[in-house]
Amino acid sequence: MVADNNSNKLNRDRLLWSCRRGMLELDLLLKDFIYKGYETLELDDQKAFSDLLDYPDAVLFDLLMGKSITADQGIASVVKKIRTIATSTTA
Amino acid sequence: MTIKIRKFDTLIIGAGGGGLRAALQLARADAKVAVVSKVFPTRSHTVAAQGGLNAALANVSPDNWHFHMFDTVKGSDYLGDQDAIEYMCRSAPKVVYELDHFGVPFSRREDGNIYQRAFGGQSQDYGGEQASRTCAAADRTGHAILHTLYQQNIAAKTHFFDEYFAIDLIKDEEGYILGAIALEIETGEPIIIEAKTTLIATGGAGQLFRTCTNALINTGDGMAMALRAGIPLQDMEFFQFHPTGIAGKGMLITEGVRGEGGYLVNVDGERFMERYAPRAKDLASRDIVSRAIAIEIREGRGCGPDKDHVFLKVDHIGADIIKKRLPGIRDLAMTFAHIDPIESAIPVYPTAHYTMGGIPTNRQGQVVVPEMEGPEEPVPGLYAAGECACVSVHGANRLGGNSLLDILVFGRAAANHIISHLEANRYHRQMDMDSVEKSLTRLARWDKKGEGESVPELRTEFRKVMEDHCGVFREHSVLEKGLEKVKVLRQRLQNARLKDHSKIFNTARIEAMELENLMDVGIATVASALARTESRGAHSRMDYTERDDTNWLKHSLYFESGRLDYKPVRLKPITVDPFPLKPRVY
Repeated sequence: MVADNNSNKLNRDRLLWSCRRGMLELDLLLKDFIYKGYETLELDDQKAFSDLLDYPDAVLFDLLMGKSITADQGIASVVKKIRTIATSTTA
Repeated sequence: MTIKIRKFDTLIIGAGGGGLRAALQLARADAKVAVVSKVFPTRSHTVAAQGGLNAALANVSPDNWHFHMFDTVKGSDYLGDQDAIEYMCRSAPKVVYELDHFGVPFSRREDGNIYQRAFGGQSQDYGGEQASRTCAAADRTGHAILHTLYQQNIAAKTHFFDEYFAIDLIKDEEGYILGAIALEIETGEPIIIEAKTTLIATGGAGQLFRTCTNALINTGDGMAMALRAGIPLQDMEFFQFHPTGIAGKGMLITEGVRGEGGYLVNVDGERFMERYAPRAKDLASRDIVSRAIAIEIREGRGCGPDKDHVFLKVDHIGADIIKKRLPGIRDLAMTFAHIDPIESAIPVYPTAHYTMGGIPTNRQGQVVVPEMEGPEEPVPGLYAAGECACVSVHGANRLGGNSLLDILVFGRAAANHIISHLEANRYHRQMDMDSVEKSLTRLARWDKKGEGESVPELRTEFRKVMEDHCGVFREHSVLEKGLEKVKVLRQRLQNARLKDHSKIFNTARIEAMELENLMDVGIATVASALARTESRGAHSRMDYTERDDTNWLKHSLYFESGRLDYKPVRLKPITVDPFPLKPRVY
């Protein structure tokens, strides 16, 4: 159990650092999602989120700001979840 | 304790456009070069630069480098060094063509030449018609440049230390810089990166302010490292603000919104810009609009429960026009302010955008400090380029399209100087373990356990103090209180403790060290702003409203001890006559 908690924390810390991007908009959207949405994701979606973080910043920005769409269903599903959390959270 | 050591000819700290341009030049000259970056290199803040870079290619309108130089000197409110500005403007076309050859996909004209767009502050014929001088790769110029340079560096075998956080420069007793000590974020282990030459290219410090456009990584790390190594910071009082950022968050709401008929209102619903600029109203210049917003809030006419912002009203324009002409702004507002501008006004506040000041350098990128021999003696082995440096081409105010140009021109120039330095200095100097020990002690300080202040809370408080006391509204008493408060916060940070003491991916420890850096740079900023009793460029004082060339045509230098010194502006260009001082009127 302790080992599981440690590994979850490590995974979260690693993801949090990968959410440090070149654009403030991405920083805030991704970091917020880690705290408010990531834990509730199914394993497939967690994997998709991790893949999404490998996208270049400019591509990520267009996807998350709704300026472009992706044919990858897994990524599209995670993008939708990030946008839902971003637009529904109180400031 | 054992500590890993790696040796290189050159260490570059920071993997934005300036660092990567320098690295490429060096790697292609067969230097053994290492780049340290706290995030993956293509996630550097250069990606956020959408606009483009200025170069007098004359592809769209008649142009030459001397017109560009005039605009830059005037834009700087005559605080820019005219030799460095001449060098930059002359080099600009070459830098653009080089990028083109590296593979940057510049937007083209039908005739195949690089397309150039019109941007504010750019003129033909020394203040005449608007010039089209800005080269862009659609709206992804920074992204295109950064990715191209990264790929080219991989091909040239530059060594990357990804996700390593540089802690401090290593300096010996004779003042030579011998590299840096860095922390591998994944393992939490420190490493010595020894180098014959070190280039700081860590970008700006927008995170000083609560409301800013800068990414979270922009914490002024290189500037603070320089301060700790005894190097002063130059012209830190000059910080560029944009009048309308989303309040408390910072994302830019462009002037285009006001251009489409949007206007600002205070808590009474009053269109207050009519009082400050009866003719131009909401389309007055950025500094006037920024100051008006700050005054409204100071005088109690701010909006919201904390009365800490004003509203930008656009709903009267109509849903169709908003959807058609301002879709990006609508999306930003819905995502980050949680309002739909079709129905509600957008909460806005002036947002910090660009650090004009930084580590003093000459036009070869060498870091220079006042010594017995003169005000600009090179620090042996140390270079800086880009937003963290102050060369100074932006002076008191940066022109749009000149920041990408600055990082590329001076990244390249620094690398060229380093190459000649390496030819004359073939061996590493003796490592200075005292200097290393000092950094390790600083690092170990975050291992202390027990009760103490919270780093995130101090960070929030600090950024609010900076915004309230050293933002766009500046006068003696406000700045004086600000300096006092920031110094107290810096003391309190000494008593902060981390809850997480793990080694692996301990981001809390990195954030604590980033806050140390920010606070040191913040003190330099407020102290320099308090001392400068004039208004020039982006530094606008309510109690000294005019530019004062008799007393203040000089660069400020802030030292870690709190001492301020000054040095003259280099008014003499390299080959042409100086541009004489004139009021900066557009």
